[in-house]
Amino acid sequence: MNLQDKKRVLREMVLGRRFEERCYQAYMERKIGGFLHLYPGQEACVNGVMEAARPGQDYVITGYRDHVHAIKCGADPKEVMAELYAKETGSSKGRGGSMHIFDVKHHFMGGYALVGGPFPLATGIAKAIQMKGGDEIAICFLGDAANNQGTFHETMNMAKLWNLPVLFVCENNQYGIGTVIHRSTAVLDQFKRVCGYGIEAAQCDGQDFDVVYEHAKTAVSHVRDRKGPYFLELMTYRYRGHSMSDSRSYRTREEEEMWKQRDPIFILRDRLVDAGAMTMDEFAALEKEIDGYIENEVIRFADESPEPDVADLEKYVLA
Amino acid sequence: MAEMMYWEAILRAHDEEMARDPLVICMGEDIGVAGGTYKATKGLHEKYGPLRVIDTPISENGYTGLGIGASFLGVRPIIEIMSVNFAWLATDQIVNTAAKVRYMSGGQLAAPVVIRSPGGTAHQLGAQHSARMEKVFMGIAGLRVVTPSNPKQAYGLLKSAVRSDDPVFINEHELMYNMKGEVPDGEYFHPLEGSEVTRVGQDVTLFGYNISVHWCLKAADILAKQHGISAEVVDLYALSPLDRAGIRKSVAKTHRAVIAEEDEAPVGVGAEVIAIINEECFFELDAAPVRVHAANVPIPYNHKLEKAAIPDHEDVVRAVLRLFGKA
Ligand SMILES: Cc1ncc(C[n+]2csc(CCOP(=O)(O)OP(=O)(O)O)c2C)c(N)n1
Ligand SMILES: [Mg+2]
Repeated sequence: MNLQDKKRVLREMVLGRRFEERCYQAYMERKIGGFLHLYPGQEACVNGVMEAARPGQDYVITGYRDHVHAIKCGADPKEVMAELYAKETGSSKGRGGSMHIFDVKHHFMGGYALVGGPFPLATGIAKAIQMKGGDEIAICFLGDAANNQGTFHETMNMAKLWNLPVLFVCENNQYGIGTVIHRSTAVLDQFKRVCGYGIEAAQCDGQDFDVVYEHAKTAVSHVRDRKGPYFLELMTYRYRGHSMSDSRSYRTREEEEMWKQRDPIFILRDRLVDAGAMTMDEFAALEKEIDGYIENEVIRFADESPEPDVADLEKYVLA
Repeated sequence: MAEMMYWEAILRAHDEEMARDPLVICMGEDIGVAGGTYKATKGLHEKYGPLRVIDTPISENGYTGLGIGASFLGVRPIIEIMSVNFAWLATDQIVNTAAKVRYMSGGQLAAPVVIRSPGGTAHQLGAQHSARMEKVFMGIAGLRVVTPSNPKQAYGLLKSAVRSDDPVFINEHELMYNMKGEVPDGEYFHPLEGSEVTRVGQDVTLFGYNISVHWCLKAADILAKQHGISAEVVDLYALSPLDRAGIRKSVAKTHRAVIAEEDEAPVGVGAEVIAIINEECFFELDAAPVRVHAANVPIPYNHKLEKAAIPDHEDVVRAVLRLFGKA
């Protein structure tokens, strides 16, 4: 990956960040309803993994913290925002909401709200890939706390048993809502938990794009070369609360500050600046340009789009 | 028309669909090498191989979810859950994913899986092996529920379910796999919606589904021969969606209704059919509709207690006689 590529990635990470921050504002303005789980702090995870994979071709599935994953796969930010605004032009036509972004044409197979639900779904997608003989892979992004579900264990066993082309990415932000990992989970290193199933696994820093990317390359080629499933644990942190009604009383401001020192966007930015590929002014201009795009195109589209027609309430229940 | 057993009819449907479409697969516990608990997949493993006839670990929610995920990409899994008692563990994936994914994706994604599972009480299997779950699944929007009462339906409903773009739950019965019946020689697709008038009558409609259709038929015979009552029997092979028009039509003719279900009464098929009668044809009624149903207890092991908990044709006869003031 050359510096030009990395600049593009930085741009996508900033877009992911500013998109989410704008969602926060829109939620406060009551433009967005329901549950809203934001991604700031974790941007290097989806970007590092997907840069090593093939966005739009490989099949991606995740939980409810799904906006940035969808956009990384190719979903139009306008349609994602319109979904959050519950509009007919939204990616799920206003029927899904924040936790259920889908963009099947870009092989983004959805956001699901039951913790642990996507494990077997991803593996079934891998089964279908295996049957059809393509060289795509299935990638399942979930959190650390999801590994305490039965579906985790059931799925790891089947994925290995049938040697299915699925990559499990564990974004370990160390919390399941307000419960810190050591209060819910006996073994803290999540990648060790799949050893019992004979699955290849690794753990790495999830804040540094380059580190994620390097580890993801190994993981993706393992799966793409049909050597079996792979489990990649990324050590990361979410800067905001779990969802919007979260006072963050379960963690200290010092801890948050420590992780903010390792902001994935700044890590990549500084590296590009040090390499002479970018100036701080350029970065400031980039942020400004992205904010302008979000305001003038993304928000505007969502705002001006029509809501679904109530007469269509029962559409999409059955074929 | 060849006579075959219920399990053979299911096997034939599997075999034809798997021969036609390489994306049709089947999966479940002991269905492959062992040939299936009720033989419904016997011989398929040898014929189609382990990639398409998949012996799964005992992970009901896991393999059901895996089948659903595969269906996202056009694979057509027929998932056998050994007994509905174990389907409770898979309700997460069935209800939260299969039934809802089309809606919450705005029509982009669907889960065209078939889930087959035997429910019902058999012989002294005890509380944890005697569940009936049809009433759970028929209450879920986005899921089709059908329940064959004979080999022809068992064959034709499975054929249609595999071709359907919706998730279909097929509720079979542990006691019915060896039942014999005529099945068309040529391919036959039973509709996934509607109902069937199995016996024409004038005085009362007996609604049944799956095993209770047979109680109703037997009861209708006794009512005709011994009591001079002409009962119509309507087979509700589709529990979701229920056939509102079919229910209305028969009740508008007979003006009386008895619903026979193997399940406990609360929130059940009978309750739903009566609600439909109220909504569709209340003023056609000459008497309040009646439910014949299981006792509201976990199914006991003791033979006498078990028999007392589950209704049969005699209970249907008694209910009709009461309806006519004859008992
Ligand atoms: C089956 C289920 N149980 C509980 C919840 C409530 N819940 C939503 S998110 C969450 C925490 C999950 O944490 P993790 O998997 O680490 O992901 P993160 O939110 O940190 O990204 C919980 C308990 C749920 N949505 N589904
Ligand atoms: Mg977490």
